[in-house]
Parts: sequence; C-alpha cells; structure tokens
Amino acid sequence: MALLEVKDLKVRVEEREILHGLTLTVNEGEIHAIMGPNGSGKSTLSHVIAGKPGYEVTDGQILFRGEDLLEMDPEERAAKGVFLAFQYPVEIPGVATMTFLRTALNAQRKARGEDEYSTPDFLRKVREVSKSLNIPQDMLKRGVNVGFSGGEKKRNEVLQMALFEPALCILDEMDSGLDIDALRIAADGVNALRTPKRAIVVITHYQRLLNYIIPDFVHVMSRGRVVKSGDKQLALELEESGYAQFEDAA
Amino acid sequence: MPAVQETVERVKRIDVDQYRYGFETLIDSEKAPKGLSEEIVKFISQKKNEPAWMLQWRLEAYRRWLTMTEPTWARVEYPKIDFQDIYYYAAPKPKKSVASLDEIDPEILKTYEKLGIPLREVAMLEGIEPKVGEQDPAQRKIAVDAVFDSVSVATTFKAELKKAGVIFMPISEAIREHPELVQKYLGSVVPTSDNFYATLNSAVFSDGSFVYVPPAVRCPMELSTYFRINERNTGQFERTLIIADKGSYVSYLEGCTAPQRDENQLHAAVVELVALDDAEIKYSTVQNWYPGNSEGKGGIYNFVTKRGDCRGRNSKISWTQVETGSAITWKYPSCILRGDNSSGEFYSIAISNGFQQVDSGTKMIHLGKNTSSRIISKGIAAGKSQNTYRGLVTAHRKATGARNFTACDSLLIGDKCGAHTVPYIEAKNSSATFEHEATTSKISEDVLFYCIQRGLSQEEAVGLVVNGFVKDVLQQLPMEFAVEAQKLISISLEGSVG
Repeated sequence: MALLEVKDLKVRVEEREILHGLTLTVNEGEIHAIMGPNGSGKSTLSHVIAGKPGYEVTDGQILFRGEDLLEMDPEERAAKGVFLAFQYPVEIPGVATMTFLRTALNAQRKARGEDEYSTPDFLRKVREVSKSLNIPQDMLKRGVNVGFSGGEKKRNEVLQMALFEPALCILDEMDSGLDIDALRIAADGVNALRTPKRAIVVITHYQRLLNYIIPDFVHVMSRGRVVKSGDKQLALELEESGYAQFEDAA
Repeated sequence: MPAVQETVERVKRIDVDQYRYGFETLIDSEKAPKGLSEEIVKFISQKKNEPAWMLQWRLEAYRRWLTMTEPTWARVEYPKIDFQDIYYYAAPKPKKSVASLDEIDPEILKTYEKLGIPLREVAMLEGIEPKVGEQDPAQRKIAVDAVFDSVSVATTFKAELKKAGVIFMPISEAIREHPELVQKYLGSVVPTSDNFYATLNSAVFSDGSFVYVPPAVRCPMELSTYFRINERNTGQFERTLIIADKGSYVSYLEGCTAPQRDENQLHAAVVELVALDDAEIKYSTVQNWYPGNSEGKGGIYNFVTKRGDCRGRNSKISWTQVETGSAITWKYPSCILRGDNSSGEFYSIAISNGFQQVDSGTKMIHLGKNTSSRIISKGIAAGKSQNTYRGLVTAHRKATGARNFTACDSLLIGDKCGAHTVPYIEAKNSSATFEHEATTSKISEDVLFYCIQRGLSQEEAVGLVVNGFVKDVLQQLPMEFAVEAQKLISISLEGSVG
C-alpha cells in the first residue's frame, strides 16, 4: 500500500479553485520533489495534506496508509505521522522551545496510546538530536523561534522532524531565506532522517536544494496540476529551460 | 508540558456548571434579617463581641455610606443592586459534612488532583469530618488522617509563627486581642470614607485576616497553605489588614485555584497593607469565584478595594494577581509610595471568558522622593467578555525622582470580546520618569495551526500560547502557586475557541 495517495484532488480557497485534479503517489522510503512556479499550488497541496483550515476540498481523495486523511483533524494527522516543515515557522513568545517540543511530542504519543516520555528520557533524546543538528542548548531555552535566525528556524523544524519521527515529511520551501551554509546544515539534517520507512516530499522553486537532498522523483506543478513527472534529471532540465513551457502545457 | 494536557482533559470533562458540585451547605444556622440599618450594624458588632470603639467605627462608616452613591465610571454593566435585599450577617454556615474522601464526587476530587492540591487540604476544603462509630475502617482511616494531618499542619504553622513573633489570626480575634494595633492601623490606608464599597465594607465587614510582623522579622513561611485551609467562611465582606514593621518581610497568599461558589452575589472586600521603614510585603491573589453560567446568568460581583501604603523609607509592596473568576471584577490594588526610596509593584493576569466583565488595574501614587513603581498587566479576553485595564500613575509635586514603568498587554481570543486600556498618567514635577507601553494582539491562526500541526489540539494550543503570554507575571507568584495558576488559566479559557 502506498504511504500517501492523492487522487484527483480539487481544492478551492474562497470560491477560487487552486488545485484542479491533482494526483500524486508517495511510497515509503521515497523522496519526491515538487517543483513549480509561484502560484502553481505547491503550498496549497502541503497545507491541505496537513489540514490547515481555510481550504475547501471539492473533489478527490487523500489516503494515508489507505486511511482517509481528509476525515482526520490536523492534530490526528500529526499523530499518525504527517509532518509539515513550514516555510515561515511562527514565533511563540514566552514558550520555551524545550517546553514546546515536549508538549507536542507527548501529545502525539498520547494520541497513539503510547506512554509519555519521562523527563530524563526526553532530555536525553533532545540532547542527542540537537547535537547532531548543531543546535546549541541555549537555543532550546529561548521562546519558540523568537529571535531565531532564518537558519535557526529551519534547523528547529528539522529538529522537530527528528524528534517526532514522522512517516511523511513535507518540506515547504525549506531553502527560502537560507544562505548556502545554513542550507547545507539543514539538508544534512534531513538526509540523516532518510530511512526505508520514511518518505520525504520536498517543495521548492529551485533546483539548488535538490543538490543536497537528492530526490527519487521530481514532479512539476503548474496551474494546480502535476504536468510532468520524472527523475532528478527533470530538475536539471528545469534549471535550464525554466517553467514557461509548462505554463502553456497546463 | 504535562500541565497543559492535564488541563485540557479536565476542561473537556467538566463544564462551567461543575461549580454546583461540592459547595452546598446545609441549612443556615443564624441570619440577621435582610437589609441594612444601624440595628444590623449593631447586631453584627454585638455578635462578634466587639469593643465599643469598633462599633463606633462601624456606625460612622454606615452613616457615611448613607450619603454616598455607587460609582459608575467603570466599564461594567449590571442590573442595579438593591442593597436592602441582601443579608449582611449570617453566622458561618457549616458545610455539609462528609465522613471521608470516598463520599466526595469523584469529579471534584479529580479537579483537586489536577490542580495539585494536597489531599489533606482537600479534606479540609470539603469539610470532611470523622464520624463516631465509623463502619469501614479504611474509610475512617482516610478521614481521620486527612483531618488529623491538616490540624497538625496548622498547629505546626502556628507554633512556628509564634516563635517568630508573627501575629496571624482572624481580624475579629485581633480586634479583641490586639486592639492597640488594630485601632492604630485599621482604616489608615483605606479610610472609612474612601469609596462606596469600602465604606459599606467598613460598616458590615464579617471577618478576614490580620497579620503583624514585628521589626526585623522575616516571616518564616508563605502565609498560604495555612491560609487556604482556614480561609473558608470569611463571607462576602472580607477585611484584611497586614502590617510589616520596620525591616520585616512577609509574603501573603490569598485565594484558591479551586473553584469557589458562593450564594452571596455581592462581594466587597477591603485589604490594607502597611509597610514601615525597610519592610517588604508581597501579596499574591488567585481569584476563581463563580463567573456565571454559559448564558451569563449568576456569578459573583467582586468590588474590591486593595491598597498598600509604603509608609516607611525603602519599603516595598508588591501585588501579584491572577483573576479568572467572577462575573464582574472591579479591582485596583494600589500603592501609596509615601516613604522616600519606596517602591511598588503590580503584576496582573486578568482573564475573562463567557460574559465576564473585568475592570481592573492599579494606582501608583508617588509621594516620597526617589520612589519607583512597576506595572506589568496581562489582560486576556475570550468569549463575549470585556476586559479593561485602568491604571493611574501620579507623581506629587514633591516626589522628585519618581520613576514608573508600565507595560499593558492585551490578548484577544475570538472576535466577540473586547480589550480596553485606560491609563491615567500625571507628573506634577519635572524630574519624574514615566514609561508606558501597551500592546493588543490576537492569537493568530498561523500560530495555532503551527501548534496543531505538531500534534496539539486547538485548546492545548491556546493554553500553550496564553501561558507564554503571561509568563512574566506567573514568575512573580510563589512557586507552588505558579503551577496551579498556570493550569487554572487554561481551564478558564475553556470553550474559547472552536
């Protein structure tokens, strides 16, 4: 069974249709890149999978391990293993990052009927993970993303991914606002999370990120549909020829 | 953080009407007739075996009250109160007594458990009494242990306080046992003529606490746990007087995070604090009175006058309040900074949900030289509530070098509530430095979705964000209470989203 199956998905935002019948299948262990120009519906797709309010699904299906994802509350999807790394992670003043991580992790574990982590176990796990991502302990004491640099915010997303161990990671424009060094650190973090069980969907404008996170499949989106799929070679071609050809095709 | 999750679980299970549980009383023992007259004032005084001077004091207040009218400047609306339709005296009513914790509604026990209130206090709060000839030995053991425990705790406290020379007793006892102290200080901060409700309180106050800390004594404990056990049945017109003599320190904690219901709709308390040279008083309040039901019916009207007088040089008074209950809150804990170099602080979290109305804030009155004050106010409005911060910072002509910093932050949850900030700032000399910052924000959808995407429910997410918002103030509370208050905050926001 596929991990994620998006079938002929049609989505509206305030009466305007953004996705016009999108189909995508992601299996365990695969890395998919979704590329496309601004406004092609890439972020909409990621938001609908994660369950962000404000989108109306008018047709089609999203199955996660065969279960109807659209029937689940967003927190339920998170507990089932759907993780969205945000393009612009929000700031939550006064809530220490450590507190946030623990609250979220335990909420997910509880939803799955697992025991909550004890404090020492949790601290050990966070330390281990944050060390591998080069995240200083002092950052964990600060408010969630408050005063974090662009790179720190993205690393914090990867840190959560590593902690929560989701089955499906969707990275929405992870490269936006990152310099080349910060990008490499974040990408290394993501690569370290590759397992035969975990699928990763990378949403990006540019081929650049795909030099660091090598995809098995590349999909080009235009005007609310996948217009072409291929392997990593397709991303390189796009770099050469741009998106314009697909604008016409769509 | 487990606190948030626990809170939300509780919230899901128990609705506002949970208040009906556990706070029932049996028949009234003794009541004066409804209404207020000189006879009633005399009756109250006589019931309490008060000396003649006290009766005179009350009568003067009563006569003054007759000439006063209710204040209407606050941003609160309620039907006119008929002051002749209120009982002004009822002998403390015994709670319906139960033999053991087993007889208490499990939901209530859970409430206490979630709030982290120790079992022995639960037993006291719920009025558990050991029964003679108890059948079940296990039950009996719980009951006796519970009561025995609390009594022994209270006794230990008393012994320790006595050793330090701290006087801590009901004010009715202090009037008889320490008349010289009471006469000297009662009404010296909030005079009998102060305002409509304070004057009413002066005429008919039922009981309250009296604290005197002798010179150079650091009160050996937070006057909290003990207080919580003994605070029951102080009634609707509470009167508290705390005096910190030269170089002393005391931290006092009022209230309880556990829900409190009272049949008396009108509450008009007066709290007076006096800090002499180099003394410090820290006064913390957690108020969780019945806020009314989900339609906005019922609920306590809380018209309180709280004022501290930094009478001595280098003295300090700090108010910290967490206000979550009551249908109407009208409350401005204030500091008179009379002594040179004295300082006042006001840290406040005021939460309103449902149909609650809060008009609260502080007054910092700078009279001495080089006095300083600090105000951190966090107002949170949810549901259809109205939440107003009203504050006055004033520097007298002679109060050179006065400094104030004020930060008022309001957080709105939903779009049917209101937050208002009404600051009054008066500097009557040019050397004063007053700073005022104010923000109003809404919990953004993006922040909530971020939290929810990480596995939190909507309510957990709101609880988390709000607790972050009020963190600066929570930190001012004594440790044990900060944890309870944090949970309480989330409980109060029940049903504010979704």
